Amino acid sequence: MTVDPGRIDALRARYDGWGLASRRVEVGSLEDEAEAMFDRGWTDGLPIVAPTEARVARMLDGTTRSPGDIVALMPPALVECTVEKVAVNAVMAGCRPEYLPVVLAALEAICTDEFNMHGVLATTMGVGPVFVVNGPIAQRIGMNAGINVLGHGNRANLTIGRAVQLVVRNVGGGRPGEIDRATHGSPAKLSFCFAEDEATSPWTTLAEDRGFARSTDVVTAFCGEAPRIVVDQRSRTADSLVRSLADGLRSAVSSRVVAGMDAMLVVSPEHLSRFSDAGWDRARFMEELGAHLMVDTDTIVIGAGGIEEGLPEAMAGLTLPKFRPGGLLVVHAGGPAGLFSSIVGGWLNGPMGSEPTSREITP
Amino acid sequence: MLLDPTSEAESTNRALTARKPSLDGLTIGLLDINKPRGDVFLDRLEQQLGRRGATVLRFAKPTFTKPAPADLRHEIATQCDAVIEALAD
Repeated sequence: MTVDPGRIDALRARYDGWGLASRRVEVGSLEDEAEAMFDRGWTDGLPIVAPTEARVARMLDGTTRSPGDIVALMPPALVECTVEKVAVNAVMAGCRPEYLPVVLAALEAICTDEFNMHGVLATTMGVGPVFVVNGPIAQRIGMNAGINVLGHGNRANLTIGRAVQLVVRNVGGGRPGEIDRATHGSPAKLSFCFAEDEATSPWTTLAEDRGFARSTDVVTAFCGEAPRIVVDQRSRTADSLVRSLADGLRSAVSSRVVAGMDAMLVVSPEHLSRFSDAGWDRARFMEELGAHLMVDTDTIVIGAGGIEEGLPEAMAGLTLPKFRPGGLLVVHAGGPAGLFSSIVGGWLNGPMGSEPTSREITP
Repeated sequence: MLLDPTSEAESTNRALTARKPSLDGLTIGLLDINKPRGDVFLDRLEQQLGRRGATVLRFAKPTFTKPAPADLRHEIATQCDAVIEALAD
């Protein structure tokens, strides 16, 4: 997308006027294009690719949908967002056309009452949409599910997540310091998107766990904070490691919170091999993990341990699960070496906050 | 030539409602957004407004994470002369 338009593009420009409806913005001959885009407030703080007619037209070749189709009502302004506007922002984020269907499905997932992108954006808590891609499309478009999966270095992972955030910013008007009121925010608010490692996993996938066929392309949106690591380099048995992961998960968001907030656990291949070697499938793992995530409320009621945050005192004397049923999303991803897993803490869950939301990715 | 990435929507400017000269005889809505301790602030306001001759109606959003539902906004708009929203915590 960053090379000069070829002959076919010149013909399209001449004979169909590109068929694009967006307002044209002319950059002055003495203006620096990159600076002009910063000045207009279009960027997330990093440089963007200039959304020229040729680039946007080629981006639209990545989908069978018409440029004028409405993708969603974009929060916070709740304005109609067209496929074309998504394409403009996807160019700016650095996407290739084959990523566009993932960006469109991701936007459809977050612009729902269940996911509640308005609240996810406006909250003072440093959370944002985290996207996990399942299905054959992940490999086909070159997404990373391996080394540095939650980090840098892969164009598809980084630009898909970034494109979604740019649409919310530019089309929905969700700019930091305005409707976005996050106290600290998170580096993950720039882009947080990755693929599950399905090829080497002995387990069913996150999407299968959520009712989709393995052959279906799916994006799942989860409202989460930045990832943090659980180190366990000594556990040799499944029983030891599951206890260790539960220990890390108990403090997700705050050890004083039970059932009200979800989490995502990204299990590395080496950690997962401890469980598969012991014959544990996903269901057995979830069952064992859940058993070690029961919390004695005496330890987390208001005032316990000299801490004023906590559950009402009337809830003392109970044993409650740290996560509600379905409130822990488990994904297999990461490089082949490394005895670490990662936890992504969530936000207020369910109808009161945000529900993890999956959408099929269609051409 | 670049394409505009924004919604290109123009926002509408509406005039502010004229300030009420007195609270006497007015109906004031108090909207609790459902954050911890918002009710503490609103209970105090209800007392103070009552003393100044206003009728107070209490409303609450189902959750602070989502915009107020249209029905609730309509109810407040049709029953109250003014509304005070408590953001808390």
